[in-house]
Amino acid sequence: MNKGTALSTAEPKGASRWALRLHSLLIYLFFYAPIAVLVVFSFNDAQLVGDWKGFSLDWYEAFFDNENIQESIWISVKVCIASTIISVVLGTMAALSLERFRWWGQKAFDAVLYLPIIIPDVTMAVMMLAFFNETADLINLIPGVDLSSGLEKLVLSHVAFNISFVSVVVRARLANLDATMEEAASDLYANRWQTFRRVTLPQIMPGIIGGALLAITLSLDDVVVSSFVASVGGTPISVYVFGLARKGVSPLINAVSVVMLSASMLLILGSLAFQRATQFAREDS
Amino acid sequence: MKKWIALAALLGVFSMVAAGCGSDEETSSSSAAAPAETEAPAETEAPAETEAPAEESEYKQCAAGETDGDLNFYNWTEYMDPDLITAFQDEFGVTVTEDFYPSNEEMVAKVQQGNSGYDMVVPSDYMVSILIEEELIQPVQEAAVPNKGNVDALFADPPYDPGAVYSSAYQWGTTGIGIDIGVTGPDIPHTWGLLFDADLAEQYGLAGKISLLDDPRETMGAALKYLGYSLNSTSESELAEAEAIIKDAVGRVAAFDSDQYSELVVAGETIVGHGYSGNFLWDFEEGESEYDYFVPDEGGTVWVDNMAVLSDAPHPCTAFAFMNFLLDAENGAQLTNYNWYASPNGAALPYIDQEVLDNPIIYPPDQSKLEYIADTGDFEINFTDALTRARS
Amino acid sequence: MKKLLEKKSSSAGLEQQAVKAKARQGFFVGLPSIIYLLIFFLIPLGYVIAYSFATRSRTGRTELRDWNLDAYVRLGEEVVQAVAWRSLWIAVLTTVICLLLAYPLAFYISTRRPVIRNLLLIGIMIPFWSNFLIRTYAWRVLLSSDGLFTRIVEELGLGEGRILFTQPAVILGLVYGYLPFMVLPLYAAIERIDWSLVEGARDLYASGWKAFRRVVWPLSRPGVIAGSILVFVPSFGAYVTPAILGGNKQSLMGSYIVDQFMDARNGPLGSSLSVLVLGVMLIGTLIYFRQGGRNL
Repeated sequence: MNKGTALSTAEPKGASRWALRLHSLLIYLFFYAPIAVLVVFSFNDAQLVGDWKGFSLDWYEAFFDNENIQESIWISVKVCIASTIISVVLGTMAALSLERFRWWGQKAFDAVLYLPIIIPDVTMAVMMLAFFNETADLINLIPGVDLSSGLEKLVLSHVAFNISFVSVVVRARLANLDATMEEAASDLYANRWQTFRRVTLPQIMPGIIGGALLAITLSLDDVVVSSFVASVGGTPISVYVFGLARKGVSPLINAVSVVMLSASMLLILGSLAFQRATQFAREDS
Repeated sequence: MKKWIALAALLGVFSMVAAGCGSDEETSSSSAAAPAETEAPAETEAPAETEAPAEESEYKQCAAGETDGDLNFYNWTEYMDPDLITAFQDEFGVTVTEDFYPSNEEMVAKVQQGNSGYDMVVPSDYMVSILIEEELIQPVQEAAVPNKGNVDALFADPPYDPGAVYSSAYQWGTTGIGIDIGVTGPDIPHTWGLLFDADLAEQYGLAGKISLLDDPRETMGAALKYLGYSLNSTSESELAEAEAIIKDAVGRVAAFDSDQYSELVVAGETIVGHGYSGNFLWDFEEGESEYDYFVPDEGGTVWVDNMAVLSDAPHPCTAFAFMNFLLDAENGAQLTNYNWYASPNGAALPYIDQEVLDNPIIYPPDQSKLEYIADTGDFEINFTDALTRARS
Repeated sequence: MKKLLEKKSSSAGLEQQAVKAKARQGFFVGLPSIIYLLIFFLIPLGYVIAYSFATRSRTGRTELRDWNLDAYVRLGEEVVQAVAWRSLWIAVLTTVICLLLAYPLAFYISTRRPVIRNLLLIGIMIPFWSNFLIRTYAWRVLLSSDGLFTRIVEELGLGEGRILFTQPAVILGLVYGYLPFMVLPLYAAIERIDWSLVEGARDLYASGWKAFRRVVWPLSRPGVIAGSILVFVPSFGAYVTPAILGGNKQSLMGSYIVDQFMDARNGPLGSSLSVLVLGVMLIGTLIYFRQGGRNL
């Protein structure tokens, strides 16, 4: 928030300015090249991707006829929503605890919080599988918990890696904020909770939204951990597609992907609008 | 404080772990660096016959057509005709939840600690013997599965499950070579050398156009067969020879791929691929060239996927009812007409489409050279190691 | 507690009490995550560590008995070391390429107007809302013999265009997959830079390059380090991309671990390899902390 007029000086002049623009353009082309391929081939009138045989909507029809795929998408959506909410709440609390307080043992907590980020997903997957295999009987003793339905396991393991990512993003935002506002609020006899809700929360909202977007992305896109922990009636779409791709990449998979991409774009644009609205609201006040 | 909690919890884990330890009467023979080669595959089959009758009473007994709840079916991806599932649901008034796995190992990883929630799985041959030894699957209740008699005599007494006590064959096929004969010409020698031999690669322009399965047992097995050995060889020297064959071939191989080998051939990325019969057949339909699939003259793998009910199945009776349903002559034929893998169901033959029956890829005329993959116990890790070394 | 806060300036003793109360509060705010990570991360990690000392049964089950170091002894084997070094090399190469590509892009984005900036950032996220596997297969189409990428390279006369099933294809796939993890932290770091400093530096040095090297680069270093870790970690453990785009002709760490668990069903070796990988990552992170980076 400290750029203003100085912005213009940051951009290089002359040839290097154009080089920078060209570079950025090329990278966006790079990002979207495979997306273009998968959209185009979702309309392919053939069994296989990669060999264009004409336009057809058959694969979208097949998608809407295939109950297994739709079921899987719903599982993914449910897991994604549940794990995002839990990890946003826990991750934000963790960020506050680390950034706004000083307590004994904080360093250790900080370090552990980084572990899920630096652990390769293969290792994470194996860990969760081993854990659920060995402790299923114990965990099932907790009233109301039934691990034999795969949903809980998916949510539990997605939260395990998402807490860290959310807290990292929220912390970055918190670190950038001046704590004086919060102190002023608590001097004005607002209790901690009131201070948090009225002062801190609105200010870190962009960080929370950023963290939530990251959590959604990681949850939806995760194949490795999910395929290890998924169980009865709990195959998320990423794992289903993984299995399907093994039998051959048909344009059906592309159609699934295009539908998911469109849906998530709507979602992301919606959240962007929300973010802008809250930004304006803050700037107005 | 946190550190102490962590420590306490970890200690808790280890004491738990220690309590759960099995008996230690049997000292480890799996010194990973130099595994003993004492276990012959045949030994794995031994427990089957002795245990079967004794344990039958442990399991809930089911009558023919009896159901006890909704079915949780764990199957390979795209291996079941959805219409058959619908028909079963309508007939028995239960709901079927079908989940999918891409490999035997992944399935076992899920079910081996129990409480998986699944009722029925479809393991391949060697995995059936492992599941039996681990007591993870229960004997098929003949009373509940009267259609079991429909299974062809060839599959009634398989080596991985003598007497087919624990399992019932679902579909079968072979592993061999798929090739674009539009490029090579139709007169090609039917040998694994197409994958491994430098001279043949040069003669037919195959260098850089070969794919091998990314599967230690299948890939090492093909090399072993090429050398004239059994694909279940537990001889370290034979395996070392096979490893040398693969190592030599890596430079000419485009990819080690267990999923897309047939599409690569059809797309022209490769000319010759190592893979499963049914997949090649499906994709050959799409290609514009001429293709062939064969099991090389040296012999190859035959595999059978089998229906089996888990020992801790929550709904064993529904599972047996489903098994019986799929073993029905017409239903078995419908399955084969759907997925183009051969049916082990003898009674189904009259209902199978003639074009499927006449297809030598689905029903190979000469089955004498085919061999099952058998579990080799501790030697199993040597296959993985050999393939890894060949590629590094 | 509220009372304590109210009176916090009244006396030194009370102030100390307030500090203690605040510390306790901070601990309780963090407690839910602490408990969660303890149960669903540290204990699972404990199991993998336990597995690495356990024994493979004849049928491939990992049995928690006959504790031994065999799986660690095997880490000394030539194959394992070859696999580890190759993975390390590929991960480093991927990280460097990502940094070179992402830095100018992050710089470009952070010098746009806020509206455009947000659009550009979302533009980076969107491809990642499709499916990872499908994106990778789409690359296979692009890189195949008559794929678009191959044709462009050959039209431009840059030589043999088909890189599918080669190491460059693996690197390309990894760079594609993890570039956003480099761009986002870099953007966050560069966006925070006070440009009046840069202006001052420009006046001082009169050269854009020098101003960049002396001011912008050091200020963006936390982003560079964070991004490098976020790219390095998954590249080192990757196994889907090398399989699909590289044809799995060279064993890498990720696929080696998966092979142990899924083919050989050798849990102890798979676990000891996982512990090794985690160790490498921890060392990397320690270096990161030494460098003074705090926020990823």
